[in-house]
Amino acid sequence: MTKFSHEKFEKNSILLLVGILVVVAIGGLVEIVPLFLVKSTIEKVEGMRPYTPLELEGRQIYVREGCYVCHSQMIRSLRAEVERYGHYSLAAESMYDHPFQWGSRRTGPDLARVGGKYSDDWHRVHMDDPRAVVPESIMPGYPFLAKTPLNYNDLVARLKANRMAGVPYTDEMIAAAEEDLKAQSDPDADWDGLLERYPGAVTRDFDGNPEMISEFDALVAYLQMLGTLVDYDVFEPEADGNQR
Amino acid sequence: MSETLSAGSPTGGSTPLMRYAALGTSLLATLFGLLWALNAADTGMAIHGWIFTLASALSLGYLAMNLNPTKANPFEEVDQGYNFSVVRFGAVASVFWGVVGFLVGLVIALQLAAPALNFDWPFTNFGRLRPLHTSAVIFAFGGNVLLCTSFYTVQRTCRTRLAGNLAPWFVFWGYQLFIVLAATGYVLGISQGKEYAEPEWYVDLWLTVVWVVYLLVFLGTLMKRKEPHIYVGNWFFLAFIVTVAMLHLVNNMTIPLSLTSSSSVIVWAGVQDAMVQWWYGHNAVGFFLTAGFLGIMYYFVPKRAGRPVYSYRLSIIHFWSLIFLYIWAGPHHLHYTALPDWAQTLGMVFSVMLWMPSWGGMINGLMTLSGAWDKLRTDPVIRMLVVSVAFYGMSTFEGPVMSIKAVNSLSHYTDWTIGHVHSGALGWVGFVSFGALYCLVPWVWGRERLYSIKMVSWHFWIATIGIVLYICSMWVAGIMQGLMWRTYNSLGFLEYSFAETVAAMNPYYWIRALGGLLFVIGSLIMAYNIYKTIRGDLREEDLPTGQIAAA
Repeated sequence: MTKFSHEKFEKNSILLLVGILVVVAIGGLVEIVPLFLVKSTIEKVEGMRPYTPLELEGRQIYVREGCYVCHSQMIRSLRAEVERYGHYSLAAESMYDHPFQWGSRRTGPDLARVGGKYSDDWHRVHMDDPRAVVPESIMPGYPFLAKTPLNYNDLVARLKANRMAGVPYTDEMIAAAEEDLKAQSDPDADWDGLLERYPGAVTRDFDGNPEMISEFDALVAYLQMLGTLVDYDVFEPEADGNQR
Repeated sequence: MSETLSAGSPTGGSTPLMRYAALGTSLLATLFGLLWALNAADTGMAIHGWIFTLASALSLGYLAMNLNPTKANPFEEVDQGYNFSVVRFGAVASVFWGVVGFLVGLVIALQLAAPALNFDWPFTNFGRLRPLHTSAVIFAFGGNVLLCTSFYTVQRTCRTRLAGNLAPWFVFWGYQLFIVLAATGYVLGISQGKEYAEPEWYVDLWLTVVWVVYLLVFLGTLMKRKEPHIYVGNWFFLAFIVTVAMLHLVNNMTIPLSLTSSSSVIVWAGVQDAMVQWWYGHNAVGFFLTAGFLGIMYYFVPKRAGRPVYSYRLSIIHFWSLIFLYIWAGPHHLHYTALPDWAQTLGMVFSVMLWMPSWGGMINGLMTLSGAWDKLRTDPVIRMLVVSVAFYGMSTFEGPVMSIKAVNSLSHYTDWTIGHVHSGALGWVGFVSFGALYCLVPWVWGRERLYSIKMVSWHFWIATIGIVLYICSMWVAGIMQGLMWRTYNSLGFLEYSFAETVAAMNPYYWIRALGGLLFVIGSLIMAYNIYKTIRGDLREEDLPTGQIAAA
């Protein structure tokens, strides 16, 4: 056996290329692949459901405006954080998030459990002029959201793409998508079908303007459900399956 | 293909067949762009369709007018058969995008200090401009610096002309098109919502095409080298190109809503998406902003200092251990989150280990100055390069410290991270790029020296003060906010509301913006100096003895 020499890599560009590929592939494989194979990666919880069509469109606005660059959606398992924001976030709570929106910087507060914390009226004033309700705030104003009609031409395509990515949208949900979107922000609509398909969905006219379904309606429908789905009365953090 | 010497223009040096093939491809691309623009499902896609059509049409027009290149290359003597034209374009693009990216950074820094500057318009809010800033500095400025320095280094160290004649030009212009599509997309609200990977599916696909051609050009040049060994700088460039391709492909796996929609759904979800994202995100730092720029260090520092690289063995150990360990470090962005503990611990352990190869690189760069330390006093370009390596050492020590879970519980989500990133980005990436450009521009334009060496000194000091203001204010702001979030009062309640912690940040945001302003001013001085150098002007200056002129 001849002695190994680094010269082999230095004199053969293809060997160098292959060597690099092998060396850089290992870490990713070890860290990523088990997350798909180990069952305890995502806790078993009660209450998680796919986003309603209106929430899903609202989430798209959240992504479009880059809310994630200033707001996290991940409460860490630290005392001060749990006391400020509520129960630490579970992996299960973002299992239908394509992409995840955990964020990396809290220029503004965490939003993982913002659902139900403030009224729609508060959100309306806050989006219009954040400093009207929080004088110290440095958030940009988003007055255009309530004035812009929601464009949901791509709704069915978006649900289908999410289903292809693994979100359990049924044929029925996809067929009723537009109807469900309109119903959720219409106080006079018949919500039975919507609530059956998406248990616990919040239904009301979020922007208080019956004339149109605005981008504000969609965004606030999304914000008002954040962190409210999992039933923590029955969740056992100490159970074996939830120890990770 | 023969190695033609008179190859200053993009079409020079190529065979007629290649030129007609490129012409045909441009025509097809123009028609495709038109079809795409007219059938777009949304406004954003339509605008991007038109931008693509325009770019293809410009390429078509240029190729049609230059089917039979007769013009001699004005840089014939400088180029000596190498393809330095594309390097010259890359150097100019680097300066341009650098200034743009730093300016946007200054704007968003001011928005945090004075929120009225968001103007409450969709196109100017912080959420859309922040990706514009990060992409402009990382991918537009950093990317163009890497393109032009890697193309220069690989030709010099292989003593052969760049592979392909039209291909390097496709890489350069294709990359600029990627930048324009990405940047306009953010402002229009087209984003897939993953940090540092915001461009949507079709822009990602375009970048993939450009990147594969980049890899082929680079590899092709290595393969026809006239030197027996591949120079160490090229190992780093190759690792950067290959690994970024891998990261980009995996992180951006999406399902487009339709072929004409600008929107898509990422295949990964929740915790797995978080892991994939930070595997990508941390290695965008590791391979784009580190490995690639180490390639620059390994060529430009020895060249400018006139000394050989300190240790060949250290290069080997540091290269393989750096690229092996870096890949594992991603989970340190997810400490105490819903990512399983085993992954967090792995990320922390490997991040701490990463300190060693990082300092191996720093030592190799700094010690190259052995016997030439006096140049620090006489040559501000060397000073810039050396300080960049010192910043590299500092931020690669700070990084492992911040990756320790106990430290991270305080630093995560705060501006300490922003400060850390900028000590690496402004100090290391910025300064090593400026140093390389100050070397490169006189070399590839055949100038005796830079227009002004004194201006380099001014640039150096103004930018350094800017960086110090930036990182110190962010240390204070970050640690302060982290502590305020976890402060309890004597009754056992949290002491501060979130809004109070925001208010406390304000003075530091102004100091940071001032630091940013100084950095922008420095870059403008550089832009002027480089512009005058390219014109061939020389400023009358009393230079200290021992000053190096052109290489």
